[in-house]
Amino acid sequence: MAVLVGKQTRLLVQGITGTAGAFHTRQCIAYGTNVVGGITPGKGGQKFDDTVPIFNTVAEAMAATQANATMIFVPPPFAAEAIMEAADAGVELLVCITEGIPVLDMVRAQTYLQGLRADGKNVRLIGPNCPGIITPGECKIGIMPGHIHKPGHVGVVSRSGTLTYEAVGQLTALGLGQSTCIGIGGDPVKGTDFIDTLELFQNDPDTHAVIMIGEIGGSAEEAAAAWVKANFTKPIIGFVAGLTAPPGRRMGHAGAIISGGTGTGQGKIAAFEAAGIAVAPTPADLASTLLKVWKR
Amino acid sequence: MKIHEYQAKVLFRQVGVPVPEGYPAFSVAEAIEVAKKLPGPVRVVKAQIHAGGRGLGGGVKVCKTMEDVEEKAGQILGMMLKTHQTGPHGQLVRRLYIEAGADIRRELYLGMLLDRDTGRIVVMASTEGGMSIEDVAHNTPEKIYKEWADPRVGLQGFQARKLGFKLGLSAKAVGAFTKLLLNLYKLYIEKDCSLVEINPLVITGNDEVIALDGKVNFDDNGVFRHPDIVAMRDLDEEDAAEVEAGKYDLSYVHLDGNVGCLVNGAGLAMATMDILKTFGAEPANFLDVGGGATAEKVTAAFKIILSDRRVQAIFVNIFGGIMKCDTIAEGVIVAAKEVGLDRPLVVRLEGTNVELGRKLLAESGLPIINASDMKDGAQKAAAAAKKFAETGAVA
Repeated sequence: MAVLVGKQTRLLVQGITGTAGAFHTRQCIAYGTNVVGGITPGKGGQKFDDTVPIFNTVAEAMAATQANATMIFVPPPFAAEAIMEAADAGVELLVCITEGIPVLDMVRAQTYLQGLRADGKNVRLIGPNCPGIITPGECKIGIMPGHIHKPGHVGVVSRSGTLTYEAVGQLTALGLGQSTCIGIGGDPVKGTDFIDTLELFQNDPDTHAVIMIGEIGGSAEEAAAAWVKANFTKPIIGFVAGLTAPPGRRMGHAGAIISGGTGTGQGKIAAFEAAGIAVAPTPADLASTLLKVWKR
Repeated sequence: MKIHEYQAKVLFRQVGVPVPEGYPAFSVAEAIEVAKKLPGPVRVVKAQIHAGGRGLGGGVKVCKTMEDVEEKAGQILGMMLKTHQTGPHGQLVRRLYIEAGADIRRELYLGMLLDRDTGRIVVMASTEGGMSIEDVAHNTPEKIYKEWADPRVGLQGFQARKLGFKLGLSAKAVGAFTKLLLNLYKLYIEKDCSLVEINPLVITGNDEVIALDGKVNFDDNGVFRHPDIVAMRDLDEEDAAEVEAGKYDLSYVHLDGNVGCLVNGAGLAMATMDILKTFGAEPANFLDVGGGATAEKVTAAFKIILSDRRVQAIFVNIFGGIMKCDTIAEGVIVAAKEVGLDRPLVVRLEGTNVELGRKLLAESGLPIINASDMKDGAQKAAAAAKKFAETGAVA
């Protein structure tokens, strides 16, 4: 299998009856994802599209379905709480799509998850403010267009949704499939980061090469570069968006901001190159740059 | 979201962070009137703009007489204040803050913000007050002391005392500093701040600790629960085009270049700016129309881009995933017809229903330049902008 999600995934959807939640649940089911339940407080006992049972709480849903993943479409004011509710109920993989969660809410939710892990619980968050995760041909959790993907052996990890689609589109056009594509999200406080994902790809026999797409803000790319140099043995290329972004301005994503001279695109590219990671010169060259370093 | 110094000090007073007595003024007459309320003889006239470095730019003046207050208020109000944060044109000063002078013995730095590496709020304190903290971090990082707040219990008194003694404060001043810092942390958490900075934080001759300056920024994602903070927003300090874009829920940042960009997705929008530069053009803006772009949003985005006369071409770069390309094409056609297209338009569409989208554009009768991929589009947009600048041709 690829990483984290596949045929074995049993998915819940928190916020299944909202506009976006309902639309994307249908898209995921159409792709073949096994959606075993939804959660909307007050609508427990009803069915979504006459097929998917709805529960009032994640705990009730877990007792009835033994799900192992959840997709969160809960609106920003309540999304961090939804993350904690799912973790408390024992869901192992939490994928939070919601954009616009207050940072301090995420600081608290992160600390809560760290506490559960310290107690020995197995819980992983992807996102928030992300497109989700897909193992092509098996399971799609999130808002990415399923049809551009193709099963294969390239792992893709990115802070940006549409740039992930660019990478996938270019790979598929060249006949190169993907093992798993993970959008880690554009927020400054998030769950799974580059290094976590690269560790999964390193240990996954189905992943033969990796595309890593970063952007300005923070230092996750620099940390990932150092980790790659020390630990990663598969062909990998990188890209960083935002070289022309002015300092001090937030470029769409809450986390995409150069502050106090740190988080520049130039610094991240230098870190990639110092770690021996080839950098695509433009976002139109992601797949072609990978082919240059990947001798198959 | 940013607020002015005088507004930050209103919040400081509310939570018990000591500040000198002071009042805002919107005219010279008002400046004189409020200056009379202050004990004197020293009063400080301070320009209120959303940028740092006001003192160096000539926007902060110490006055010893009322005549001096009148003169300096007259000079500062209405000036174009240039600082390292305003850009070359400067920022028009529309508001003043008139403040009592302080007995300054030491100037310190105190700041609070999110540390992305730990996901916690970090408090930074330094003996090097009154200087840019970026410069201190670069030149003498050992002079910055840090404490991280555990979100489960909040910042603790012992952490504040550790900082206070490291700063070399007297026992009395450490007590006052601790109280101030814990109150400041309370403000940060209660109001969903993204930055709280006091530079300088002053130790007076009596070992009192007071905030001589105040900078408070808020998390844009958190302001929805603080109507009192939203009421402090000063639209005069923001870019008019960005304010307009905000009304349509468009993520837009005004830049100085010649090619306007209309893109879906923040990462792709940044990458579009970058690739334009590769081909010798400069982006005029960052614009993410979002995943649910409607014809209405696309039209609004077009109007905003075209309102910038520096724009010599528009590059629409869409990777339609869930969003269908024909929907985008319809939006572009409606917008172009409604707004009146007086500059070249390059469109790159990819994704769901791309053939239908391209067909709609071709049949629209509009002089649209089609691009096969992102690189092709960026190249064509750069060339079209150059040609427009030279000949005025739109296609």
